Amino acid sequence: MDGVHDLGGMHGFGPVEREANEPAFHEPWEAAVYAIMRASLGTGQYTLDEFRHGVERMDPAHYLRSGYYEHWLDGIARVLIEKGVVSGDELAARTAFFAERPDAPASAAVRAMPATPAPRIKWMAPDSERPVTKAPRFAVGETVVTRNIHPTGHTRLPRYARGKHGVIHRQHGTHVFPDSNAHRGGEQPQALYSVRFDARELWGPAAEPNQHVYIDLWEPYLEPGAPRG
Amino acid sequence: MGKNHPNVDKYVVSRVRALESILLEKGILPPDAVDRVVQRYEADTGPMVGVRAVARAWVDPAYKQRLLEDPRGALKDFGLDYEALRVVENTPAVHNVVVCTLCSCYPWAVLGLPPTWYKMPAYRSRTVAEPRKVLAEFGLTIPESREIRVWDSSAELRYMVLPERPAGSQAMGEAALIPLITRDALIGVADVRLPSPA
Repeated sequence: MDGVHDLGGMHGFGPVEREANEPAFHEPWEAAVYAIMRASLGTGQYTLDEFRHGVERMDPAHYLRSGYYEHWLDGIARVLIEKGVVSGDELAARTAFFAERPDAPASAAVRAMPATPAPRIKWMAPDSERPVTKAPRFAVGETVVTRNIHPTGHTRLPRYARGKHGVIHRQHGTHVFPDSNAHRGGEQPQALYSVRFDARELWGPAAEPNQHVYIDLWEPYLEPGAPRG
Repeated sequence: MGKNHPNVDKYVVSRVRALESILLEKGILPPDAVDRVVQRYEADTGPMVGVRAVARAWVDPAYKQRLLEDPRGALKDFGLDYEALRVVENTPAVHNVVVCTLCSCYPWAVLGLPPTWYKMPAYRSRTVAEPRKVLAEFGLTIPESREIRVWDSSAELRYMVLPERPAGSQAMGEAALIPLITRDALIGVADVRLPSPA
């Protein structure tokens, strides 16, 4: 989707603000969101692609006003409710409960712990690589052009790189296709490539000199392209 | 509060706790999960695997070749099995920098949690379009004669920069090099420098 998350090349955000000696988490709730994200992913409540698409559908103005872990919270809650793991009414009721009891721990609202304990959280995301079932369509060094597509669902073809010529830099094997896997369409693994783009192709004559952008793109995003001189 | 740290109202904190309580009940979130996350990222302060791999690559050419060609195998020397990593090498002719314009993909298994600036719109929007200006803000001036390669992490592969070994460090061993190597150098927004003489 052409969402607010697709930030490459947008103007107006000002300088990069850095913080000296930044802590791992600024608030305890951020660590809780991180734990919730890993536990839900690790137990298969959603795929990484469903999670990302959940974040992308956040209200755009809210997305820009809020920080990273609030993005995660918003996306996780959206997807868990959509998948029926969590009831939206129950989440709202418990949110009201804790709003009135700001010092209460999460366990204060727990009615009964599960008979089967939750598995330990996994630190690693599941591997996205799958066995190769057909030969890749494009060879290293071949010129390709990215498709000019604007799907309303999830995609990992950034807006700034659509309809652009690039050169296959490397073949990465076959990987789960996010455009399908984010929508219960199954993994539908596709060949994945590193594609090299000249900055002038992406940004025109105002591009900075002597710059290339490398983007990892799935085969369905690409068409054969005539070399440009 | 700067724009990196927007004010968060109590609604957010309450909603997190509410979600936590529901997932505890459902057997999705283990009761020790939050403590383990904090322990892993706040208490575990040893040098990151990425830093240790770079130091070894600088002193051992065979290891460097493995790190570039078979990063998964090379990282196993440090007890980490991480199939997603790709390592890109800085040279006098090429400077590499890593970004994720669509979300905030980051090689956290070798570099820890990303800094907030990596996840914010300014870095994500500008690094693909004007990397020289962004790097200059980090204090890194890249001459026009040196190519800049920006790696936009749009898939599940994760990128780490192998920075150039600083001039004058040839007598230093792996252990002495480790403290010089910063997270920022491995993202590609800094180079590695010897400490200035006191």
